[in-house]
Amino acid sequence: MTIHGYKLPMMSSLLVWGLLWEIVGQLDLTFFVPPLSEVLVTLFGLVQTPAFLRALSTTAYAFWVGVISAIVIGIPVGILMGKSRLLDELLLPWVNIFLSAPLTALVPVLMVLFGFGTKTIIITTALFAVWIIILNARAGVRNINRSLVEMSRSFGASPLDAFFKIYFWAALPEILGGVRIGVIRAVKGVIIGQLLISIVGFGALFELYSSNFLMAEFWAVLIVLFALAFTLSEFLAFLERKVAYYAASR
Amino acid sequence: MPVTDSAVSVRNVSKSYGQVEALRDLSLEFPRGQLTSLLGPSGCGKTTLLKIIAGLLPASSGTIEVGGKAVVGPGPDRAFVFQDFALLPWASVIRNVAFGLELRGVARSEREAKAEKYIREVGLAGFEKSFPHELSGGMRQRVGLARALSVDAQVLLLDEPFSAVDEQTRRKFQEDLIALVQNENKTFIFVTHSIEEAVYVSDQIAILLPRPSRVHEIIRPSISRAQGLGSIRRDPEYLDIVDEIWASLRSYVE
Repeated sequence: MTIHGYKLPMMSSLLVWGLLWEIVGQLDLTFFVPPLSEVLVTLFGLVQTPAFLRALSTTAYAFWVGVISAIVIGIPVGILMGKSRLLDELLLPWVNIFLSAPLTALVPVLMVLFGFGTKTIIITTALFAVWIIILNARAGVRNINRSLVEMSRSFGASPLDAFFKIYFWAALPEILGGVRIGVIRAVKGVIIGQLLISIVGFGALFELYSSNFLMAEFWAVLIVLFALAFTLSEFLAFLERKVAYYAASR
Repeated sequence: MPVTDSAVSVRNVSKSYGQVEALRDLSLEFPRGQLTSLLGPSGCGKTTLLKIIAGLLPASSGTIEVGGKAVVGPGPDRAFVFQDFALLPWASVIRNVAFGLELRGVARSEREAKAEKYIREVGLAGFEKSFPHELSGGMRQRVGLARALSVDAQVLLLDEPFSAVDEQTRRKFQEDLIALVQNENKTFIFVTHSIEEAVYVSDQIAILLPRPSRVHEIIRPSISRAQGLGSIRRDPEYLDIVDEIWASLRSYVE
């Protein structure tokens, strides 16, 4: 957007919303909304505390282990489903059910099965992310140019060659799209898992701040999480655009 | 005319898709070192026949022999040039050209040296590091051609290779193809729907008629290419054959 010939930088509308928050906060309408300035001051103090750093590191650990397992399982399963009719018939109903299912409801069951700790959170994270990754990898393989498959066969490609040299690369734009959405879902998964267990990571922090009505701390943690999730998603979108150049020419 | 031996023999091949009969009892010999065109209206099964010869499709019955050996699947004795080029969009020209060799497990330095040679031969020197989307249609098909040449197969199978390139490029391709048949000691099987193209480049033309496909006629143009390629299209025999083929095909169009 341009105003009087000046090009405004991206997301400068956030300033307007930030200002509105500050005004509402200063008016002291409700103790739920402290002024943004107070939240930011709290934020800078908070991010240096050991409690925050410990929450961040346990969350990051559970998040990455969950995401990486979802990717490592999801991509090959999706590619195989795209290639094999039998596997597709067997698994597709489950993938679709779990994709749309309210997985939050499963977390208590997981807690019983895997305990009140990091293991459950990792599994929750992976469960949130894996289905869309499978579905996108499958779609990528199914949209593959048939003549690329024939080409690799005619030049004598083994099934393994075809998998790693044709199918994976041909489906890469869709796979990355799936990973991006999967990662966004995994952020939800890791936080929901922690909130429900509420003795680990940010879940414990949220529990602590909200039950003691420490709203500035509460908002500060929330802003950090939103910012992290958004940055992650933008970074993946950037990667996706970098490989998209050849997607058009398939 | 001396009887030449066959590089590829198609004997009593039939192919059906469920109830639909695509090819019926088709037999055809492809002389070694020559270019044979498969010509016919669309839906006559010429591409099906080519893919059966390539081993990409199984025949319902009948046998195919390449160099005396029965075809059971794709093999190193045949290389395919695709209508839509079938290039890897994520790979450079040199990797695309070397891809057939890569799949055969040839070492990187060796296959790239070979690929470079054929890239030069098809006139793409300087584009080794380019990507397919940076090239024109004609140049992409040169990459496809170089890939097929670099595996050094005895038989080249070309599936309407020039149909997706513009007319001028197409003419240049046709001239290059004639030179290629003369210089490389390979057998070419060329699918086309263009009568002029078939008569221009072929040593032998098999006219296929549709539903179900069978060989209607085999024509061996004896147009002299000695006066240069430019005079072929003015040769009375060239014009007669084009007319004759059109006369026999026109009732099958529409």
